[in-house]
Amino acid sequence: MSQMARGPAGAFVVVLFLVSTGVASGASITNASLKAGLFDPPRKAPELSLVGSNGRELQLGAFRGKVVLLAFGYTSCTAVCPITLNTLAVARRMLGAAAADVQVVYITVDPGRDDPARLKKYLGSFDRTFVGGTGTEQQLAAVRKSYGVSAEKQVLGDGYSYEHSSFTYLIDRGGLIRALMPYGHSPADYVHDLTVLLKE
Amino acid sequence: MVAAGAVVALGVVGFTPIHSITRDRIFEIPKGTWARRMLGDKVQILPDHIRLTLGVRDILVLHNHDDVPQIFGPTLLMPGQGFRLPFDRAAEYTFACTAHASGQMTIVVEPNPTTPWAKIRFRIVELLGGLR
Repeated sequence: MSQMARGPAGAFVVVLFLVSTGVASGASITNASLKAGLFDPPRKAPELSLVGSNGRELQLGAFRGKVVLLAFGYTSCTAVCPITLNTLAVARRMLGAAAADVQVVYITVDPGRDDPARLKKYLGSFDRTFVGGTGTEQQLAAVRKSYGVSAEKQVLGDGYSYEHSSFTYLIDRGGLIRALMPYGHSPADYVHDLTVLLKE
Repeated sequence: MVAAGAVVALGVVGFTPIHSITRDRIFEIPKGTWARRMLGDKVQILPDHIRLTLGVRDILVLHNHDDVPQIFGPTLLMPGQGFRLPFDRAAEYTFACTAHASGQMTIVVEPNPTTPWAKIRFRIVELLGGLR
């Protein structure tokens, strides 16, 4: 084969490769109706046995029949938590009457500072229906493990802060973890997904 | 002749619309991964940086085919469980991920390739990724 014949033929093969690129196939999860990341199959949300910000025992089972938004953080957080909690509060307001079937649960990663009273005051500044949860270091570590949540203490001089997972779980009316909303999504995205889950 | 062929080729690659039968970027934990890790094998399935492209490859799909729960990217996956995370904004996303030595994973979502050069670049990156 001559050099001139190989050139165009080679180019043709490369073009075929490149034009066909992106036509890869593979197993995929089908339901893409939510803005959040979907689990397939969904699993049962591990039960909590913590102290609630209302002073009573906090158990997810008490909210069966509602859609639960479960977030982890701490009241001294200055970066992630205020934005997430404000987003959830705005989303609830946007939902109107349907918000009665949405419960926000916020589990602290900082039991040293976040007692029930502090959690109640902090969460109440966003939305008085939000419920917080606290417990011992061991209890909270076990909860984080069961949900795949990370929290790492960072000592800063005399004080400390936490690097922690910033996503929010969406738990359906039946108590299944259906989706995970990464940090940074808008209230409208939450309203979209909550509307889908509330209709089920 | 060769130069003309190259120009035509670039034109075709740059102007042909990108059609994808899937927008998924799939990563899977194979069965036996945990056992391999227990034997000291430093298995890393998910790269530190993942590059996605809006509109054509913008859904991260994770599957755990192993027999034990695994922290995989931003989440915990049970055996046999999958996770499908769509992106609809071009940006850089950072997730805490204990499976990585750095403790985090970054997903860069690039804009939809609309210009010829962007399409050529996307196709080359996809081709190279597929050959790996």
